[in-house]
Amino acid sequence: MAIKTLIEGIREAMGEEMERDGRVWILGEDVGRKGGVFLATEGLYDRFGESRVLDTPLAESSIIGVAIGAAMNGTIPIAEIQFADFIHPAFDQIVSEAARIRYRSNGDFSCPIVIRTPFGGGVHGGLYHSQSVEAFYAHVPGLKVVIPSTPEDAKGLLKSAVRDPDPVMFFEHKKTYRLIKGEIPEGDYLTPIGKAVVRRPGSGLSVFAWGLMVHHSLQAAEIVAGEGIDVEVIDLRTLKPLDKDSVLGSVEKTARALIVYEDNLTGGFGAEVAAIIADEGFGYLDAPVLRVAGPDVPAMPFNKPQEDFFLPSPKRIADAMRKLASY
Amino acid sequence: MATAKETRHVALGLEPDRLLTMYRQMVLARAVDRRMWVLNRQGKAPFVISGQGHEAIQVAAATAMRAGQDWLVPYYRDLPFCIALGLTAREFLLSVFARAEDPNSGGRQMPSHFGLKRARIVTTSSVVGTQVVHAAGLAYASKVRGLDEVSLTCIGEGGTSQGDWHEALNFAAVHRLPYICIVQDNDYAISVPHRLQMGVDSVAKRAAGYGMAGESVDGGDILASYEVMKRAMERARAGDGPTLIDAKVARFTSHSSDDDQRRYRPQAELEALLRRDPIERFRNYLLDESLTTDAEDELVQQECTAEVDEAVTYAEAAAQPLPEDVFRHVYAEEG
Repeated sequence: MAIKTLIEGIREAMGEEMERDGRVWILGEDVGRKGGVFLATEGLYDRFGESRVLDTPLAESSIIGVAIGAAMNGTIPIAEIQFADFIHPAFDQIVSEAARIRYRSNGDFSCPIVIRTPFGGGVHGGLYHSQSVEAFYAHVPGLKVVIPSTPEDAKGLLKSAVRDPDPVMFFEHKKTYRLIKGEIPEGDYLTPIGKAVVRRPGSGLSVFAWGLMVHHSLQAAEIVAGEGIDVEVIDLRTLKPLDKDSVLGSVEKTARALIVYEDNLTGGFGAEVAAIIADEGFGYLDAPVLRVAGPDVPAMPFNKPQEDFFLPSPKRIADAMRKLASY
Repeated sequence: MATAKETRHVALGLEPDRLLTMYRQMVLARAVDRRMWVLNRQGKAPFVISGQGHEAIQVAAATAMRAGQDWLVPYYRDLPFCIALGLTAREFLLSVFARAEDPNSGGRQMPSHFGLKRARIVTTSSVVGTQVVHAAGLAYASKVRGLDEVSLTCIGEGGTSQGDWHEALNFAAVHRLPYICIVQDNDYAISVPHRLQMGVDSVAKRAAGYGMAGESVDGGDILASYEVMKRAMERARAGDGPTLIDAKVARFTSHSSDDDQRRYRPQAELEALLRRDPIERFRNYLLDESLTTDAEDELVQQECTAEVDEAVTYAEAAAQPLPEDVFRHVYAEEG
């Protein structure tokens, strides 16, 4: 198997799905000739033509609204929102419309769309190119929320998202695009939506993370391994539907839980994971559930010291692991 | 010798039978609409919202469309439109009573939130403006798939202030889509008058700014409305792009059952409205042209009333949704 970057996994998934199924098409800003600002769609315009790799007007709400309409007329749109920071104008179309089409029509209509968008910080993106917005959408029944952290999963999960009959929010951490490399199996395979995966087995404490924080947590686990703390790192991969069995199963084994996320601490998705562990796994616990997250400030600053302060680092995560292990 | 008025419907290619069907659809829609207000006052219908006064443009548009082939993405005043495309009185009353069998939403949505798959009436929300974009997406798919379909969407003049309205029309114009947007301008968005909604007397004036055709029409005149719609359909099917239609109509009722328009509309204005009844105008045309008689009209009224009576009886007795079904259709179900 070839070693590839995460964004190559994204690109391969789209190319293969468009090859496999003529109903699949892409729309978004700069996805055509330019191939996207991160080059996720590079080469697809030449392969599939303008009508299937469509450069849209600079208007996020209509990118999603057009995708919804086209999905109700026999096509499978993959909508790219250039940065998750700019998805907010489309919130209404996603939450009021896409998520409720099936429910409000009592199953008569459906909305099989994929909304891909780069999120996350650590790339000197400042306030408006660094946000983590997954919690807004993980709150909404009718949506699925998927966040890959490896090249293999990026491809396999995106293929599953394209074939999913319901709207899928597909968040790609922009710092992982080229930083994270790994083997990608050749040809067609699907990574199931709704299944977490153990990235590092351990018995001392459980860490739950997604996106870039999976990698920071793995680094932190290595740091504390030398101190005799045996950390299990679980990559949730899908926030909605959440793989509760994997979460509770791990906590049952280790009796300690840490959730690591990049979003603001308060109301971030990690709060929900903590609540589930408290509700359904209290009897397993030997220690309080801890969270390491971004601070409760409006967004990630551009300057390096404050950006570094905002983004949970392996060191900060290792400190939390030590604290948790000390109970 | 043909009169000028005979020339009108004949010139439009509308046969007498077709005209009488259109008339009957308007009368039935009005009868259904009036009845739901009665049910509301009786405490049987928690919420109603009306299309009274909007019948002519809607039935004209439905007549120009090919039911089951062209798409309608409606808004909440489109009861006459949906009836003309095949929604039955019984099906609508099921939604008024929020019964399980309601084909629009299984009783989940308020009434007049239409959706009827077999008639290609697309499910809609209460959010004003989002639907206009969906119609652009439907039309884009039709164009790319090479299908002979036109997507039509409706909205009030208030809705044209939404950003989504602009985004949709821009997208439709960029791709010269088979797309028609009918703005049913009844002068009021709940209580806010036209003059505080936009700086032009006709929203169709904006069409040129998007690069599409724009037409303004007396939406209470069913033949004038049909003429404009027919042209728009031909334009769409010929690949000549979208049309923005400004249809001036009268809102006979308050915004909804939770509103009282006497609080913000002068009495004289409300009285003048009634002289703009599109059904009355069409009836006079049919009588003048000897296409119907008072006796035949009376029969139509009676038949529509009977149809509504039957629909109310059926819907009221129909089963309620099951509480546990609240969890159904959040996502695709197995099998």
